[in-house]
Amino acid sequence: MTGVALVLHQFRFDQKVFWRNPAAVFFTALLPLLFLFLLATIFKDTHFSDLNVTGATYYVPAILTLAVVSATTVKLATNLPAEREAGQLKRVRGTPLPPAAFVAGRVGNSLVISVIMVVLVSLIGSLIFGVTIPTETMPAMLVTLAVGAFSFSCLGFALAAVIPTAEAAPAVTNATLLPLYFLSGVFIPQDELPNGVLNFASVFPIRPFFEALFTAWDPHTVGAGFEWGHLAVVGAWGLFGLLIAVRFFRWEPRR
Amino acid sequence: MPDPVIKVQGLRKSYDDLEAVRGIDLEVAAGEIFAFLGPNGAGKTTTVEILEGYRPRSGGEVSVLGVDPENADRSWRNRVGFVLQESRLVPELTPRETVEQYAGYYAHPRDIDDTVGLVGLADKANVRTSKLSGGQQRRLDVALALIGDPELLFLDEPTTGFDPSARRQAWDVIGGLRDLGKTVFLTTHYMDEAQALADRVAIIASGQIVATGSPESLVDRGVTRTEISFRLPAGLAGPDLPYGIRTAARIDAGGVSLVADDPVPVLRELTNWAADRGVGLPGLTVGSPSLEDVYLELTERADGEGPS
Repeated sequence: MTGVALVLHQFRFDQKVFWRNPAAVFFTALLPLLFLFLLATIFKDTHFSDLNVTGATYYVPAILTLAVVSATTVKLATNLPAEREAGQLKRVRGTPLPPAAFVAGRVGNSLVISVIMVVLVSLIGSLIFGVTIPTETMPAMLVTLAVGAFSFSCLGFALAAVIPTAEAAPAVTNATLLPLYFLSGVFIPQDELPNGVLNFASVFPIRPFFEALFTAWDPHTVGAGFEWGHLAVVGAWGLFGLLIAVRFFRWEPRR
Repeated sequence: MPDPVIKVQGLRKSYDDLEAVRGIDLEVAAGEIFAFLGPNGAGKTTTVEILEGYRPRSGGEVSVLGVDPENADRSWRNRVGFVLQESRLVPELTPRETVEQYAGYYAHPRDIDDTVGLVGLADKANVRTSKLSGGQQRRLDVALALIGDPELLFLDEPTTGFDPSARRQAWDVIGGLRDLGKTVFLTTHYMDEAQALADRVAIIASGQIVATGSPESLVDRGVTRTEISFRLPAGLAGPDLPYGIRTAARIDAGGVSLVADDPVPVLRELTNWAADRGVGLPGLTVGSPSLEDVYLELTERADGEGPS
């Protein structure tokens, strides 16, 4: 097997492993849906005057943000250090499988889970909470998702490179991401957050990713809805992550 | 004579101030099961990881299958298989799926079911690897090392932590590799394992090779001495023994033991003494050295000379 066939081969087993692990499925797939149900139900009739949208319209792109980051950054940054510590990465490294094919399989795995989540969140938003699925801004949403999923995968590899042990992985990942979710308006509506907080959060990748997704879902958006400035920030973080990963990623456990 | 599969000359490896490997030479011929013995911290794992291409060296020449492992590429990895000392399996997959996944990595893999059967896991092929015993998991490790149909296998302490029956089964699998014509580089700290499996043995201590040869030749080399022991005959005490024996022996609670470089004169003196007095020598044993004795003596001696 070479090239694409090897990546697909690797991807097939990554998918198997994911769907057979109840904890992974719960945290990556079910938890974002649970948050969507909770937040969209609680804020269903709340009108966010700042943005002139209802709670449901606000929380669909917010939960999409959460779902994509969970399927990419969180999944990679917690799984890879555990596999490194278990000697599994070292074993793979000893085979003829090119490292690039391994990485591509993992990124593909995260992308496919992201796509499944996007479909589920969009359908639930539309069918249960009456949120309109974007049409004219659909290309902007897809481009945003692509840039986001790629960048947040790179950041997952970067975190996996700097996290020393399996034990530290969930702690470091959550300590990094949870505050950013709150500051970026993913859980708390941005109406409730001071401008200073939002400006601070805009420096990091989650807030601009959410804003770009929100524009695509916002019924008031005029035109194609591409947020090139936000996408540039997300993409720059992705490239930064890629550099860190290439420089520091290790296949062998620390002694 | 064909080129050796592994050829090492003057291999050195330093970590900061510590010189873990201090100039070793090794040669492993095709089709050989070669055991690399040594206590923990002797430089054994460092050496193996250099041969496997996981670690750069500080000095010396290394050739594995005609390639310097520091420049290992895909084609080299197609010809080598590893059982690593610590590498857990993916618990969500079955043995068959795990072997199938690894088969996909190699240019010319062996048959999947055949390989699962070869390591005795045919009846466990479709249960999750998390349900396998430690011995079964280790045999699956061997299957993963074999699936690429390599010419050379590195087995790093393949039976550590096994119960005796699991070790026997693993030995059968490893012994079977010889019939497949594989060259095996086996790392172990169990003497009986080396004695049971290996064609040749090298013992490393404090970063240096202290002995090489077949297990039998090491035992015969006389690097170790013979232990003679017996109980004092009734009514006699330590001071009654001949001078040469009572000064060399350890005497406690009526038991006498001594080691001798050459046991023959000692035994002659002892039996003459017993015959003169008309007594027997109850419980007399003359122990020929085991590989373990050789190993302990060599590694202890090297430890005493070591830098730390």
